[in-house]
Amino acid sequence: MIALLHEILIQPFAEFAFMRRALLGSLLLALSACPVGVFLMLRGMSLAGDAMAHAILPGAAAGFLLYGLEILPMTVGGLIAGALVALGAGAVSRLTIQKEDASMAAFYLISLALGVCLISLRGSSVDLSNVLFGAVLALNDEALRLISGICATTLIALAVFWRALAADSLDPLFLRSVSKIGAPAHFIFLGLAVLNMVGGFQALGTLLSVGLMMLPAAAARFWASRLFPMAALAVGIGMVSSYAGLLLSYHLEWPSGPAIVLSAGAVYLLSLIAGPRGLISTHLRARSHRSA
Amino acid sequence: MIQTAPTCLSFKDLTLGYKSHPAVHHLSGDLRKGSLTAVVGANGSGKSTLLKGIVGLLKPISGRVARAPGLKIAYLPQRSEIDPTFPAQLRDLVGLGLWPKRGLLGRRRPEDEAALSEALRAVGLAGFERRALDTLSGGQLQRALFARTILQEADLILLDEPFNAVDSRTISDLMGQILRWRDEGRTVMAVIHDLELVRAQFPEALLMARRPVAWGPTREVLRAENLLKARRFSEAWDDAAPWCAPDFDAEAAHGRDHDHAHDHDHRGAA
Repeated sequence: MIALLHEILIQPFAEFAFMRRALLGSLLLALSACPVGVFLMLRGMSLAGDAMAHAILPGAAAGFLLYGLEILPMTVGGLIAGALVALGAGAVSRLTIQKEDASMAAFYLISLALGVCLISLRGSSVDLSNVLFGAVLALNDEALRLISGICATTLIALAVFWRALAADSLDPLFLRSVSKIGAPAHFIFLGLAVLNMVGGFQALGTLLSVGLMMLPAAAARFWASRLFPMAALAVGIGMVSSYAGLLLSYHLEWPSGPAIVLSAGAVYLLSLIAGPRGLISTHLRARSHRSA
Repeated sequence: MIQTAPTCLSFKDLTLGYKSHPAVHHLSGDLRKGSLTAVVGANGSGKSTLLKGIVGLLKPISGRVARAPGLKIAYLPQRSEIDPTFPAQLRDLVGLGLWPKRGLLGRRRPEDEAALSEALRAVGLAGFERRALDTLSGGQLQRALFARTILQEADLILLDEPFNAVDSRTISDLMGQILRWRDEGRTVMAVIHDLELVRAQFPEALLMARRPVAWGPTREVLRAENLLKARRFSEAWDDAAPWCAPDFDAEAAHGRDHDHAHDHDHRGAA
């Protein structure tokens, strides 16, 4: 029995270096991207995160078309495209009457269309599916270093700006009345979001990198009632999903990126049903009540 | 008597508004340190706009607000933008009031926790530290926001319709806190609709009708002729309103920082 468990749960990582690298990369991504996802969700930007992830695609594709399947140009391209869209949309919503979701949609659609045009200039390419769906099982040293750097940057920036981001999400008008840090903190946060999606696209692809960011955050919302525990729980869920997804991928030969995101999705559905703020307890609480 | 006391704020021909339509028109005068002033007037008379201008959320179209050096301001808006579904407990919301003291990175000290509990006790929420935000009633939320304002330890406290949608017991508790602030020597300016309450509790009043109608001792300000005068001013947002002309406010049009005689565009006069 023990031997069987060992074979299922540990053997793949003990035996294959590429599995260990995939695990390390996705654990780092979870540590970095899940707290960002929590803030995205609390700021009502869950879908904006999705839009940003799509906006990264053309930039990464442009880098790919110019330099081939090289990590650095694709990362830089994705970063530029993502930052342009995020900052542009953020600036429009801060400076005009238009809300951020509308300006975000506008900018990402422009970016997406531009990207498709770029790709069509050079014809189609099979390798592009790596960009779209990721290759967590093929993370090289360069990619792992990049993910580590992104993780460290994100954790430091979150630690510094935590209080401002929390206050700006909870009561933005109050923060504006006591401090001018709200707007810069917002832009730094958007930068972090883009950085993490770019970090995730090599492992999970541009289309799915937002999955590891948002699903654990959304799942943690059903369990936690304070911000820090919620972020910590999201990280835990992200890590468990990464591990489970890689095992599914190994044993069942599922594509690894979707397997990780599907695992997170399973945790989300479970939390939605069974979490203390989920369907069951909310429904039960409505029927029974305390005497005072 | 107003001249002898130190001032906390001076309005210098202040005009505030949105898209060059003034909501507060040519306000001048001093706010005495330690005073307790009610701002009264109809909806749309510029009361909220004035508070936003004082706290700096709205840039003046012309004129300015001169603050006493080092003046700390606390502002409690009329319609807060608080997200009640945010994963936070009451102590997290009230603890925001420590921002002026601890800022972005300052570590919370044990005395901060004590101050927080004390502030909650003052507003009748003792022991509510760990309550989740989404379980609070409207009155409890308003009490919590008062507790947050206590923690800010501001010199000037601006309250925009603090008694909206709260019951009479909450009003009397929170009114007690306003009087304590006054007793501590803080300056309080509150937008209040209930004129009876203003007459009973606020020594001074500022009557607004998109421009100051009267400002001074409450009994004088709330005289029938002033209230009638305030009511006569239209509160409509008139897109076709003429640019503010010299004869509109004939007294001392000269020497202002915008030119009444020529192209009087408030947008360019900031």
